[in-house]
Amino acid sequence: MLNGFGENMKVENMLQKLKKQLLQNCPLVCGSVAVLALLMVVSITPFGAGTGNATLKSALDMVSVQQAWANEAPAAAPAAPAVAAAAPAAKAEAGKPGEKAPEGWQPIAPPKLELKDYPVVKGFNSRITVWFIAQLHLFFGAFVLAVPIFVWLIEIAGYTTKDIRYDHMAHELLKVAMTGFSIAASFGGLLTMALIVFYPQLMGYLASIFGKVMIYYALAFFVESFFLYTYYYGWDKMTDGNSKRIHIGLGLGLNLAGIFLMMVSNSWASFMMAPSGIDDAGVFKGDVWAAMNGHLWNPINIHRFVANIAYGGSVCGAYSAYKFLTAKTPQEKAHYDWMGYTAFFIAIIGLIPLPFAGYWLTKEIYDYSQQMGITLMGGAFAWLFILQAVLIGAIFLSANYYLWCSLGRSEGSKRYTFMIKPMGIVIVGAFLAWFTPHTLVMNSKELIQIGGAHHPLLGKLGVMAAKNTAVNLLLITTFAGFQIFKRSSIAAKGDGFWAQNGTYVQIGLYAAAISNVLFLGIYSYYLPASVRIGLSVPQVCTTLTVLFVSSIIDMKIFKEKQTVGEVQWGNMPVRSQYALFTLTIGFTWLMGLMGYVRSAIRQHWHVYTVMRDNSADAFTPTLPYAATVVTCIVIIFIALVLFMFWMPELASKKKTSGNH
Amino acid sequence: MEGNKNITELGKILGYALVIMFAFVGFTKFGIPLVIPEAPPVEEKITGAMTKEQFVAMGDKIFHGKGTCTLCHSPVGGRAPLLDGVATRAPERIKDPRYKGKAKSGEEYIRESMMEPSAYVVAGFGKPGTNDSVSPMPQINKGSIGLSDVEINSVIAYFQNAGGIPVTVPLPTGAAPAPAAGGAEAAAPKPAATAAEAFNKFGCVTCHKVPGVEEAGELGPDLTKVAKLAGSRKPGYSAQEYVIESILKPNAYVVKGFDPDIMPGDLGDKITMSEMNLIVNALLGKK
Repeated sequence: MLNGFGENMKVENMLQKLKKQLLQNCPLVCGSVAVLALLMVVSITPFGAGTGNATLKSALDMVSVQQAWANEAPAAAPAAPAVAAAAPAAKAEAGKPGEKAPEGWQPIAPPKLELKDYPVVKGFNSRITVWFIAQLHLFFGAFVLAVPIFVWLIEIAGYTTKDIRYDHMAHELLKVAMTGFSIAASFGGLLTMALIVFYPQLMGYLASIFGKVMIYYALAFFVESFFLYTYYYGWDKMTDGNSKRIHIGLGLGLNLAGIFLMMVSNSWASFMMAPSGIDDAGVFKGDVWAAMNGHLWNPINIHRFVANIAYGGSVCGAYSAYKFLTAKTPQEKAHYDWMGYTAFFIAIIGLIPLPFAGYWLTKEIYDYSQQMGITLMGGAFAWLFILQAVLIGAIFLSANYYLWCSLGRSEGSKRYTFMIKPMGIVIVGAFLAWFTPHTLVMNSKELIQIGGAHHPLLGKLGVMAAKNTAVNLLLITTFAGFQIFKRSSIAAKGDGFWAQNGTYVQIGLYAAAISNVLFLGIYSYYLPASVRIGLSVPQVCTTLTVLFVSSIIDMKIFKEKQTVGEVQWGNMPVRSQYALFTLTIGFTWLMGLMGYVRSAIRQHWHVYTVMRDNSADAFTPTLPYAATVVTCIVIIFIALVLFMFWMPELASKKKTSGNH
Repeated sequence: MEGNKNITELGKILGYALVIMFAFVGFTKFGIPLVIPEAPPVEEKITGAMTKEQFVAMGDKIFHGKGTCTLCHSPVGGRAPLLDGVATRAPERIKDPRYKGKAKSGEEYIRESMMEPSAYVVAGFGKPGTNDSVSPMPQINKGSIGLSDVEINSVIAYFQNAGGIPVTVPLPTGAAPAPAAGGAEAAAPKPAATAAEAFNKFGCVTCHKVPGVEEAGELGPDLTKVAKLAGSRKPGYSAQEYVIESILKPNAYVVKGFDPDIMPGDLGDKITMSEMNLIVNALLGKK
C-alpha cells in the first residue's frame, strides 16, 4: 500500500486549507458545476485513496507552491505565441521556406508542455471541470441528435399508414427534445470556453489542424437551427399533401445536419486517440481530411450513432413513464403507455446491434495499437468491463422485465406466460457468465493486488468464448420476448403453410441458432485466443439471422390474423415504468463510464503518442474515482432531464387555462 | 394538487435513480478489486556511473514498467513471444531465412527487434493477414513508449544477464549526456529529500540561522526560535500559516530590525510542496 502519504500529512492539511480558501473565495456565479467540481476534488481523494495519495505525492514534487497557492494564475504563455514558436519547426519540415501557405491554418509540431503551461484558475480543477461539462454536453448532444432521427421515422410511419397517432407522438417527442437542444448548446458553449481556458495549448494545436473544419462545424449549427425550428414550428401547419412532404424533407435536413455535427466532433476525439497524418516525429504532415479520416473515426461514428438511438429511445421512454405515472385520465395513461412502448422498442432496436459496434471499435483499436488495445481490455481497465457487463445485464434485465409486464396488457398473452421463467433463467445465466472474470492481462504488481490470474472453475466462463455466447443468447432471448409480445393479442388466420407451420419453423430456427451459438462457444474455448475471437463472427451472424428470418416469418404467419383479446394500453403496473427508468439510468451511467475509458486509454497523452499531458492531472483515475465523477454528472443530468420533462407542462398549462 | 403530484413523482424518480446509481458505485467500490493505474512514466535519470547490476536492475524495471513489454510478452494472453532466453536465441534468429534485418550480433538483433519489430516476426505472432511478415509491436523508441537509447541498452543488458551471457552494451559512465539526450528535463534540479538539503538548496543558510544546520548568516532573523514566535507574529495566523507566508511573500511581515526586500520573493516559483513541507516542519520543530 502507498502509505507514504502519512508522512506528508502536513502537506495534506495545507492542501485542504488551500481548497477551503479557494472554496470560500469562489464566486457564486461559478454555478453549481464549479462548486461540484471543487467538492469532487476534496471528496474523491479519500474515495480512491490509493491513487489519490500516490498522485498527490508525485504531484507535490511537481507543483510549485506558488502555483498551488495562487488565487488567479494566468497561463504562463498564451496559446498563440507558443503555437507560433512551435510553427517554424513544423513549417521547415512541412514545406519549403517562403512557400505560400494554402490555408489560414498551418499544422504545427505538437508543443511539449510543462506544468506551467496549464493555467490554474481559482476554484476549478481543470480536468474535473472539463470532464463534467464535456460529459453533460455529450449526454444532451446524444439525446438531441437521436430524437430527430426516430421522430422523423415515426412521422414517416404516420404519413404512410395515415395513422395520426404516430404524427402526434413524433411531435410530442420533438417538443421534449427542444429544451434539450438549448441545454446541449449551453453546455457546448461552456465546454468550448472551458477548453480554451484550461487547455489553451492543446486547443491551439487542434485548431492548427482542424481550424477550417471547426468553422464549418460552427456554421453547421445555423443550418441545424434552421431545420430544427422550421421542422418544429411548421409541424401543425404542414400537415398534408406537398406541405407534409416538404416537412418530412425538413426533418431529413435536420438529421443530416445533426449527423454531420456528430461526425465532425467525433473526428477530433478519434484524432486524439489515434492521430493520423503525422510522421514518426509526431509532426502533422497531412491535410485536414487525413486528420479526420483516422483509424478510429468510422468505428466511433457507427458506435455513437447506434448508441445515440438506443440512448435517445431510453430517455423518451423515461419521459413516457413519467407522463404515465402522472396521467390524470385513462386515455392519457393509454397514450403514454403506448408511447413508452414505442420508445422502448426504439431503445432495444439500438441496443441489439450495439455490442457488435463495440466489438468492431475494439478490434480497430487493437489494429491501430496493440498496446492501446491491451491497455483497454487488460490491466487497470480489465475490471471496468466486468462493471460494464453488470450495467448491460441490468439494462437487459429491465428491458425483459418490461416486456414480461407488457404481456399483461392482453388476455391473449396468457398463452405465453409459461415462457417467462425459462427466458428469465437464460437471461440471468447469460448475465452471470458475462460478468464472470477470467484472465486479466496484468503486470506483476496488479497480479499481486488481484491475487491471481483467474478462478480455476469459474474462470472458464470468463474467456471471450463464454462471453460471446452469453451476449448472443441474451440478444436472442430478448428478441424472442419481443416476438412473443407482438403476437400476444393476435393469432394466425387461414390454413396456408406459414399460418399453420410458421411457428414451428421459428421454433426450429431458434433451436438451431441457440445450438449453433453454444457449439461455437464451446468449440472456440479450446482454440488459441487469437483464433477464438474469429468465431465470434459466425455467432453474431447466427443471431442476426434469427432476428431477420424470424421477423420475416412473423410477417408471413400474420399476413392474415385475428384478434385474441385487445391490447389494453395503459394496463401496466407502476413497477413496469420503473423498469423504463432503470433502462435510462443504466444507459446514461454506462455512457459516462465508457466515455471515461475511451478517454483514459490515451493515458498521459492529450493526443496519443504525439502530445503529452504534463499537467498535474495527467494520472489515470481509478475506477472508483471515475465512478464517483460519473455518478455526480449523471445526477446533474437526471435533474436537468426531469426539468426538461416538466418544462413542456408549463406551456400546456398556459394553453389549457387560455382555452378556458 | 396536480402540481404537487407531479413534483412528488419527480422526487420518487430522482430517489430511485439515486438508489440505482449508488448500487453501481457500491459495486465499483466494494465488488471489484481496486487496481491503481501506473503513474505517467518518466525517463530514467542516469546520475553517474552504473555498475552492471544497477544497469540490469534498471532494465528489469523498464521491462516490467515503463516499457509496457509485459502487456504482451507474458504467459497471460499469449499475444507475443516470451522473452526468456531471447539473448541466447538472438544469434540463431539472424541466420533464419525469414530474417530481414541488418543485425550482426545478438545485441544488435535485440535492439533492432525493439526499434524495427518487423525485421523478424516469430511464427504465429504477426499481424493477421500478413503471413507473419509484419509485427503488431510498436517501435519502442517512438510513440507512446519512447524509450531513450540508454533505456534500450539497459533492457538489452537485462535480457543478456537473464540469459546468462555477458552484458555487451556499454554501461553508463557518468559522463555528461549529449545535449539532445539530456534536454531541459535532465537539467531540472532534483527535489530536496531532507530539510537540510532544502535549506541549502534555496540558500536559506546564507542569511538565516536554521535548525540543524551549522552554517548560518545574520542578514535575516534567527530561525531556530521561530517555532515559539511564529504563532503570535500576526493576528489570525497560525504558526504554519505565518511561516508559509513569510517564505512566499517575505515582505508581508518584516521582523523588526531587519530590512525589507532582502529576501528573494520568487521562492514560490521554485520550491515544491514537499520541500515546503520539509522546511515548515523543521522550522516548527515537527517531525
